[in-house]
Amino acid sequence: MYYCVPAEKRLVGAAQAARLVFIRTPELPVPLDKDQVHHIAMLARLKLTDEEYAESVEKLSKIVDFIDQLSQAQTDGVVPMAHPLDAAQRLRPDAISEIDERDTYQENAPAVSGGLYLVPKVIE
Amino acid sequence: MTELHSQTLTELAIGLESGDFTSVELTQALLDRVAEHNDKLNAFVTITADEALATAARADAARETGSGGVLNGLPIIHKDIFCTRGIRTTCGSKMLENFVSPYDATVVEKLSAAGAVVLGKSNMDEFAMGSSTETSYFGPVRNPWNLDCTPGGSSGGSSAAVAARIAPAATGTDTGGSIRQPASLTGTVGIKPTYGRVSRYGMIAFASSLDQAGVITRSAEDAARLLGVMAGFDARDSTSIDQPVPDYTLSIGDSIKGLRVGIVREHFDAGLDQQTGARVREAIAVLESLGATTVEVSLPNLDLSVPTYYVVAPAECSSNLSRFDGVRFGHRAEDPEDLLDLYCRSRGEGFGDEVKRRIMTGTYVLSAGYYDAYYLKAQQVRRLIADDFKKAFANVDVIAGPTTPSPAFKLGDKVDDPITMYLNDIYTIGANLAGLPAMSVPCGLVDDLPVGLHLVGAHFTEEILLRFAHQYQQQTDFHTACPEAFK
Amino acid sequence: MMGISSFSGWEVVIGLEVHAQLATKAKIFSGASTAYGAEPNTQACLVDLGYPGVLPVLNEEVVRMATLFGLAVNATVARRSVFARKNYFYPDLPKGYQISQYELPIVEHGELFITDGDGNERRIGITRAHLEEDAGKSIHEGLGASSGIDLNRAGTPLLEIVSEPDLRSAKEAVAYLRKIHTIVRYLGISDGNMQEGSFRCDANVSVRRLGQKVLGTRAELKNLNSFRFIEKAINFEIERQIELIKDGGEVVQETRLYDSDKDETRSMRSKEEANDYRYFPDPDLLPVEISEEYIEAIRVTLPELPDAKQQRFVNDYDLKSDAAAILTTSRALADYFEAVVGATDARAQVAANWVLGELSGALNRENKGIGDSRIAATDLAGLVNRIHDHTISGKIAKQVFEAMWEGEGTADEVIEAKGLEQITDSSAIETIVDRVIAANPGPVEEYKAGKDKLMGFFVGQVMKETQGQANPEQVNQILKAKLND
Repeated sequence: MYYCVPAEKRLVGAAQAARLVFIRTPELPVPLDKDQVHHIAMLARLKLTDEEYAESVEKLSKIVDFIDQLSQAQTDGVVPMAHPLDAAQRLRPDAISEIDERDTYQENAPAVSGGLYLVPKVIE
Repeated sequence: MTELHSQTLTELAIGLESGDFTSVELTQALLDRVAEHNDKLNAFVTITADEALATAARADAARETGSGGVLNGLPIIHKDIFCTRGIRTTCGSKMLENFVSPYDATVVEKLSAAGAVVLGKSNMDEFAMGSSTETSYFGPVRNPWNLDCTPGGSSGGSSAAVAARIAPAATGTDTGGSIRQPASLTGTVGIKPTYGRVSRYGMIAFASSLDQAGVITRSAEDAARLLGVMAGFDARDSTSIDQPVPDYTLSIGDSIKGLRVGIVREHFDAGLDQQTGARVREAIAVLESLGATTVEVSLPNLDLSVPTYYVVAPAECSSNLSRFDGVRFGHRAEDPEDLLDLYCRSRGEGFGDEVKRRIMTGTYVLSAGYYDAYYLKAQQVRRLIADDFKKAFANVDVIAGPTTPSPAFKLGDKVDDPITMYLNDIYTIGANLAGLPAMSVPCGLVDDLPVGLHLVGAHFTEEILLRFAHQYQQQTDFHTACPEAFK
Repeated sequence: MMGISSFSGWEVVIGLEVHAQLATKAKIFSGASTAYGAEPNTQACLVDLGYPGVLPVLNEEVVRMATLFGLAVNATVARRSVFARKNYFYPDLPKGYQISQYELPIVEHGELFITDGDGNERRIGITRAHLEEDAGKSIHEGLGASSGIDLNRAGTPLLEIVSEPDLRSAKEAVAYLRKIHTIVRYLGISDGNMQEGSFRCDANVSVRRLGQKVLGTRAELKNLNSFRFIEKAINFEIERQIELIKDGGEVVQETRLYDSDKDETRSMRSKEEANDYRYFPDPDLLPVEISEEYIEAIRVTLPELPDAKQQRFVNDYDLKSDAAAILTTSRALADYFEAVVGATDARAQVAANWVLGELSGALNRENKGIGDSRIAATDLAGLVNRIHDHTISGKIAKQVFEAMWEGEGTADEVIEAKGLEQITDSSAIETIVDRVIAANPGPVEEYKAGKDKLMGFFVGQVMKETQGQANPEQVNQILKAKLND
């Protein structure tokens, strides 16, 4: 089923990632191995078929190779840009503006009981 | 009288106003077009014939009493990414195949309040992730100019429907080119306004810092009319900007004489199809003939815009799409063994390949050890790209170039190679990264397929873009060209 | 020596993370109510449910509250702070991420002072306090093979207050926590209700041998929902870790849940799966920017804080410091006390004794807070005044207090109705004293022979005759005079 990736096989550190960019040959994409893809899929809670895994390894490797171009950019001291506009958060007044519409909202819910959303039992 | 479906939004507004026809007649005529052509195009996910006719009847009644809004009785289509109360909103995904939104997106609310009649919801790439509409769970959309070709994406249903004269206008969303690229490939006008100009509330998020709603129409004048209604501050969207919305239709008639057009030399390099480049150069020459001057500008970091985009957009999407977990709405796997199984299977089954790929890419670039090398780095390069534009706009009013590297490609051609597909957005992505307004205007045909002129402006200069486009359309008739089978 | 724990040879290092629910009307990012105890999911709106397409908008009140807290603990209030997404999947987290603050929190570098076991003042650093949204609740009982999710609490604003690892014992941890609890309630930014979960605490606990430089591996204790449990849980954990190391084992970094029934902590293995939260700035929210003027405007509204109030009570009212400390645990109690003092001529310490003695006793019996007192502050002052002017004795006053508590009227009304006024007429007392002396020749003889202790016996007899209403000082005086004749 789902298997856990041992810590040492998890994603490599940033420094290592950066080094990889330089040691690779241009034609060959940095391959993500199957364990890494498993780990990513697990973090993202995606179940993939064996076929999808094989394809993901190949295509994600290409994508990672593609985005590795960014390492060429000279960005020392550049302030990261999280928003396209230079604006500050607007605040709203502390007022209740919502009414109970549970029944309407739960029409889209696959499983409810007594107003609760149901999931397989969570063991804590 | 010209057949109703052939008229632009502006012409239809005049016709309705002068009583040449009613909104019910118009709506019925277009619904007939839907029935006739949609099987070929697959432009609609949902057709709302009954609701449309009811709205049209109300619009006709309102016109009698003089109480109708500025779009009273005018039919449009919504991209199926906008939540519509009581009407299924799928976002092109199996995940939301049966999702009925309990609320209207602000865009939907505003257009409805102005009296627009909604014919249906248009097909799109799943969660707007794609450039060909081939990632839709509901099947690909076909280009009215050549049914073997893509109408572009992700707003491909909207562009195909407008190009095929099924509807005079449609809403769209643009995260990396998803309005402009389909507009270019279908010979329609597409505008993506400044980030924050139109509310994102109720627009299912793909990449929140890049997504922006806009329109696909047949003319710049129609775009001006529609955008004016959609735009404006919304208290429900923290990133919407509280600035007055000008009446875009007022200034489009003004001359562009003396305005400066920036040309990016790299845009005409090897990556561009030669004939497409020729059409774009001809279009720029028309602008010059109207008194605009051209200036060469440099955007040195723009070649990194696609890789930057393919870090930022997947990162945001990986998080935005986490809410689809099979618990409160959306697809839920049958008989889950346990919680993990519920999550992994609901998501594994509910999302298509491209969406999964982007979620995984985003998860990867945000994960421990990679954040700095990819996500943070991309945010820095994004700043460099935005600064390049800022510098350029100190000297020019618009930047003009091609919208896409080539005309529409064949369905199936690029679907197996994500990178080639991603590179289709090479000219459009920069505007999203920098939050700039941009539009595509039809500028001719290449091998019987339309191509578009891309115009980018500084923040909140939609007026200038629309003016350029409108003035251009006063001199040219590319935007009136109609694919033969849909006349 | 820093370590003051009872675990000799070991130093304990504790850092606390407090989650204080902010007392807003609406949620941090939506207009849904934060009221406690509603039917499941009736206070979960589209934003709280993470519906497709919805967006968060920040409630201005949480910014004010966080700023107020920052100023109260002498911290830096950030002119610019940023909300980030903490990504993980859990059923009570509807969006699959929690909106929190990560790299740029709104409050940093604060401090507060506690009194350690030796009575010394200790500074405890507050690393940061940041705003975030609460998650919903999972219900595991009565649903067969399912758990039920109630998202009413989802989106309730929290201020997470993180201390430096400056605490050296469970007692210090509790003292720190009580201080935070007092401060947030003084500021009116949280009701601090631990039963309802509006004030929660996680503790990071590690131990190291005295003199060891590096910190030991820490365990994070969760589910600490009362001051008593916190102390017990930390002490259990300290012992567990010391025993483990002594036996040659190693402490592993993990989350442990405190089980109050068994009084033990146990590992939460289910949460041990790799936590890679993939924090990044929330693109739906812009940076929160606040001006210097805004901060100053809020500084003006800062109430007198517990430490300052306690000091003032000692200085101005001449109170003992422990009495001042207890009286200032809540603003309502301190206000009540000051109202009593303001309406009486008696010494403030007497008023304090009544507030902390009879009144607190009565409130505790009925499990009530000062706000529910059946005796108004001015009425309690009325009672204190009657003692002060010798209308009644302190002993009779207790009787009057009980009557007042039972709603029989003010002190004066009770004294009048029950005829409890003190006998201060000397001749009346003399008559009784004479009678007592006459009736007890034996003890009188013994007293005169030098058995001074018998004075108490005589006073008792006189008080008995007068049903306690004679002025004890006068009785003493008259008895002494007559017996020493």
